[in-house]
Parts: sequence; C-alpha cells; structure tokens
Amino acid sequence: MRKVVTGNMAAAIGAKLCKPDVISAYPITPQTTIVEYIADFVADGSLKTQYVKVESEHSAMAACISASNLGVRTFTATSSHGLLLMHEMLGWASGARLPVVMVNVNRAIGPPWSVWVDHLDAIMQRDTGWIHIFAENNQEVLDSMIMMYKICEDHDVLLPGMIHEDAFYLSHTSEPVDIPDQSKVDEFLPKYKALVKMDLDNPLGFGSLVMPDNYMEFRYKIALAMDNVREKIIEVDADFKRLFGRSYGGMLDLYRCEDAEYVLLGAGTTASTVREVVDELREQGKKVGLARLRVFRPFPYEEIRKLARSVKAIGVFERAFAFGYMGPFMAEIGGALYNTDIRIPIKDYIIGLGGRDVRTKHIHAIFNDLEKIANSGKLDKELKWFGLNDGNRPEEEM
Amino acid sequence: MAKLTIPKEEIMSPGHMGCQGCGATMAMRYALKALGKKTMISVPACCWAIIPGAWPNTCMQIPMQYTAFEVTGASISGIRAALDSQGMQDVNVVGWAGDGGTVDIGIQALSGMIERGHNVIYICYDNEAYMNTGIQRSGSTPYGAWTTTTPVGTTEYWEEGQKKNLMEIVVAHRLPYAATASVAYPEDFIKKLNKCLEIPGPKFFQVYAPCPTGWKSSPELSMDLARKAVTTRAFPIYEVEHGKYKINRKPEKTPLSEYLMLQGRFKHLPEKEVEFLDAHYEKEWKALLKLEEMTQDESLGNFM
Ligand SMILES: Cc1ncc(C[n+]2csc(CCOP(=O)(O)OP(=O)(O)O)c2C)c(N)n1
Ligand SMILES: [Mg+2]
Repeated sequence: MRKVVTGNMAAAIGAKLCKPDVISAYPITPQTTIVEYIADFVADGSLKTQYVKVESEHSAMAACISASNLGVRTFTATSSHGLLLMHEMLGWASGARLPVVMVNVNRAIGPPWSVWVDHLDAIMQRDTGWIHIFAENNQEVLDSMIMMYKICEDHDVLLPGMIHEDAFYLSHTSEPVDIPDQSKVDEFLPKYKALVKMDLDNPLGFGSLVMPDNYMEFRYKIALAMDNVREKIIEVDADFKRLFGRSYGGMLDLYRCEDAEYVLLGAGTTASTVREVVDELREQGKKVGLARLRVFRPFPYEEIRKLARSVKAIGVFERAFAFGYMGPFMAEIGGALYNTDIRIPIKDYIIGLGGRDVRTKHIHAIFNDLEKIANSGKLDKELKWFGLNDGNRPEEEM
Repeated sequence: MAKLTIPKEEIMSPGHMGCQGCGATMAMRYALKALGKKTMISVPACCWAIIPGAWPNTCMQIPMQYTAFEVTGASISGIRAALDSQGMQDVNVVGWAGDGGTVDIGIQALSGMIERGHNVIYICYDNEAYMNTGIQRSGSTPYGAWTTTTPVGTTEYWEEGQKKNLMEIVVAHRLPYAATASVAYPEDFIKKLNKCLEIPGPKFFQVYAPCPTGWKSSPELSMDLARKAVTTRAFPIYEVEHGKYKINRKPEKTPLSEYLMLQGRFKHLPEKEVEFLDAHYEKEWKALLKLEEMTQDESLGNFM
C-alpha cells in the first residue's frame, strides 16, 4: 500500500511491522512524533508490545538492553542530545551482543541550541560497536528497519544497529512510501531466536567481570561479527529486493559512477540533491557521479578503494566536523586509501551544519571546484567550510 | 525448642569473592533463600558486580545480568517488560544495587521504575559508601564518617551531611511496599521478602550491610555492628505497607558510642560530635514513631 508519510511515520510504521516485543523511548525534537505515533498504535491495539515510558534516553536504552537479554525483540528511537546521553549504554548493547535496533534522527548538538540536521550525533557513536545506516529518504528509513533487524539478529552478527534519518528533511517531510504487507514482513523477518538468553533452566551470568587474559577475545569477536555484517548487508539487500522489489546498493550506493571521472561522496538527504545535479551535469556531457555512504559502520573501505581506482578525484560532502582534524568521513576515506597505490586528490567540503540548506546551486559550485581538481590533478586545499557567512559573499554565493 | 525459619536451600554457591565479614554478601545469601530459584536479577556496578566471581565463574544459581551503574531501575523494568511480553508472570524480578547506585547516580532510574508501577523488587544493600571504588563518600554516608573523599585530615574534614533519607524519598512515590532490613535480623528480612512476593507492583528494600574493609572494623564484628545500628537507632528496621508504617524492632536503646567506636571510620569523632549524631538519630526515631502512629489512622486508607 502506498501512503504519503513523514520519515517519523515511516519509522513508526516500520516499528509496527517488525513487531518488537518491548519498546522503550523518551521524546526529543525532532524524534518526538515517533514516540507519539507508537503510542497511538498501542492505544488503538494495532501494535502489541510492552511500551516502557522511561524517564530518560539512558534508561530507554538500558530497558531495551535488559529486555533483549531475555531474547525478545526491542526498539527505541532518539536524536542528538538523547543519543549522546545513551552513549554509555550503546557500548553495553554491543558488548553484550544484543540486537537492539534504533532510529536516530540526526540533529545538531548544542550549544547553541539547534534542532536541525547535522550528522555529528551519529559520528560521535562511531566506535560503540553499532551498525550505522544513513537513510536518504522515507522509504529507506522504513525498509532499513526491516533489514536491520534481519542483519542484527543473525547469529553470525548479534550486534545492535541504528538507522539515521535527517532531521526535518526526512523526519517531518512527507513523501510517498510503499508500506509492505505485514505477511511479507513476517515472512522476511521471523521471530527473533536468541543464541543465549536469561533462562531459569539455564542460569548464566551476562556481562560479568572478565580478567585481562580474556577481555581481548571478547572484543575480537565483536570485530569479527562486524566484519560479517558486510556480507550480510549485501545478502539481506538482495533478499529484500527479491521480496519487496527495492534495493539500496548494499554498503556503498553508487549512482552513475561506472564511467565517472569525478564523484561526490557523502551521506543523508544531501545525496538526493547531488543525484539531481549529477543528472544535470551528465546532460551537459560531464562525467560525474555520486557515491552515497549508506553504511558508515562497518565502513565500506573496499568499495571506496574500488571506486577510487576508477576516478580522477573525489569530493567528500559532510554534515559534521571532527574538531581538531577534518570532516570525519574524509579522515576515514584517507585511511582506507593510504595502504594502496591509489593517489588521487580528495577534497573535503563541510556543508549544511545545523540544518543549513544545501541546494543544487551549491552542489554545482562544488562539482565545478572538483572538476578543476580532477583535470589538473592538483588539490588547492584539503578542506573547505563551504558557504560560511563571513561578511563578504563567498564565491559560491550562499 | 526454637524453630529456624530460615530456608536451608543455598542458591548462592560457596566460593564468592566478597571480603571477610561482608554484609552485602550475607544479604544476598539470605535474600535468595526467600526469593527462590524462580528469580532473575540485575546488578549494576558495585561490589556485587565483583562478588559472584570473574568470567566464566559465578556463585549465582539464578540468571543474572550485569548492567551499568545508574540503570538498575530501568534494567528491571526492561526484564519485567520482556517477561510480560512472553506471558511469564511468575518470575521474581530483582534489582540489586549498592547505596551509591541507588541514592545517588541511580535515583532517577529508581524513581522512574517505581512510578511506572512495574512488578519488581528493588533491593539496595547499604554499606554507606562507594566501596567498590575504594571507600568514597556517597549520599548514604552518615555524618562524621571518614571515607577517602572525607579523609578528616587536620581540619575535621569528615562527612558533613546527614545520611540521605532514602526511605522517605521512596515512600513519597506511594508504592505498595517499602522496608528497611538488616543482616543482623535475617528472619525479619526473609519474612518481609516473603510478604512482598505476594504484593503486586514495585517493592523496595534498604538492607543494612556492614563493610569491614570500608568501615575499618573487624570482620567478625559485622553482625554485632549491624545489630548495634538498630539498637542505637542509627538504622531502624521498619516497613511501610500501603502507606502504613510499622517499626519491626523497638529494642532498648544502647549507647551510640559503643557502636561508633568499634569502627575506624568514626574513631576521630570528639565526644560532642557523637552527642550531636546521637541527638539526630533520636530525633529521627521519634519522627518514625510518630509516622507509625499517624499512619495507623484507618481514615487514611491505603495509599496504594
Ligand atoms: C557511570 C559510572 N560512574 C562511576 C563508576 C565507578 N563506580 C563503580 S562502582 C562505584 C561505587 C558503587 O558504590 P555503591 O553503589 O554504594 O556499591 P558498593 O561498591 O558500595 O557495593 C563507582 C563510583 C561507574 N562504574 N560508572
Ligand atoms: Mg555502597
């Protein structure tokens, strides 16, 4: 069934379709409507779940973790400061190998207060042992939730996962979304079967003290599980396509990259704007493309290496900045390419922080800049804060 | 012939890692005897995260999950929700946290849990400081005590605040059952646990648990100290059932100094400070007697 819904409604419907046994969440702008829609579903009887209305995001994640330890499916949603408050418990979920799934609405971190999109909240959770998927549109929010449970609950994985949606551009913007049939979702996503769980007949301790002679092995197993995720994502994406007719390109979503000479690489809704500009420039005969960083953890370094071999330059667009260094994606891409013979220029464009609009004209300006770099093979500078209000109108005419 | 009412079955195996004379360890042993094997437990950071032993060993014969310091209340809500989602109502869900994890960092999650009315039992074992991290003060540390963050020094830099009245905070939530207990009165503790198993909704215990390591007392004195805490009125044992207070033991008062001076943590206290503390405990005791009397009023009915 096709419906016109916001990203938050898509997330709430996604939660309903995946039938979590326990949901625990706490409101924060712009995630709030997710918790409200879920409450409506519970109130009208269309969602049978234990809805634990906690007093903080920290407790929301703690309740999900403790419930998940009993082998039941759990869900939560948050944003920005809420995600930061959860941080301690995020590590607990992955360390305890629990497939908790969450939707995070990407929002800037204050002060100054801002409720608009920015990816730093997600980036700050990079090393927590969670799988990270950035959605580009509302359909992908919903579809990724169904796929995420399937990936996380796989016994070769058993890790938690979060789906990121851009504040307002997705959370509060309505788009047509195909709502899959419950029966098909049930077929694709059977009930979660835990490998071990809290069980009166087999009383075990979960998460106890481990001495230095064993701790490393626990961490290593998480690393292996995270490596398994790469294959699983591709496998689940293909299965999903077979059943629902939609695919998201697995780890790195490539658009018109086959013969591209220079490409833009980045995550979130900006990718849609880039897609449009790619089409316009292709009309003009320019060989451009988009590589959408759909999966941030595990990082698609192989896919990026492969792409980098075939292009002359890469521009990275990112809605986050890692203070004291550069854009977080840029740093990671540099790391992915260093131990190879690939030596192409890569330029980092910091854009749209705190919800600043990024329009097609801005992407055109970035592609123009990148074209010069691709043709000359020379990088003027590694990093550009694109379109700052610095008093004199910048060359991009913000 | 006296009849022993403490169940024989041991649900905690020997071989734990608690210190000699550890009140927290005794409290768990007694609690499990009352709770039985149909129990799941969640334990945050505290000495009890260490006492069961390091992986892959455990002295516990019930499923136990370890969790972060401040989340016991939320954790047991999660366990209860998971059990409810599977239609498993007949499992006791227990949160077992130290005083620091309860009166300080975990008080928010505790409050949320009680307010949600979850059918769980929260047990705080109170050794009056952060012992696991090496004896730092907590909100439950009594006035005058030495800890490593109230080290007395040469400037009377001891704990300046009175012990936080956790029971009043908990009772203010109007929950069906809350009680204090002491390892020196195990039959009383077990009786009250058995009673609370029959009461639906959130239940709360604060169990006095001497810590020889942190209190600088002899391990063999732990029971004696726990008893003296009751007889000196430093830690009265009482229960609040549906809002009605009942003091479970009203022994002859014994001198406070006899209790304090067995513990290195109070040895520095001058006479007038002991008197000051004694007066404070006496005042609290009188208030407790009044609460007991007042809440017997039938017209009040049940709070919950
Ligand atoms: C968020 C966080 N802050 C601090 C700590 C360090 N920590 C672990 S146990 C503990 C003290 C526990 O005190 P209490 O709850 O009274 O239990 P006890 O150790 O006395 O048994 C502290 C401060 C932690 N684990 N997590
Ligand atoms: Mg303590």
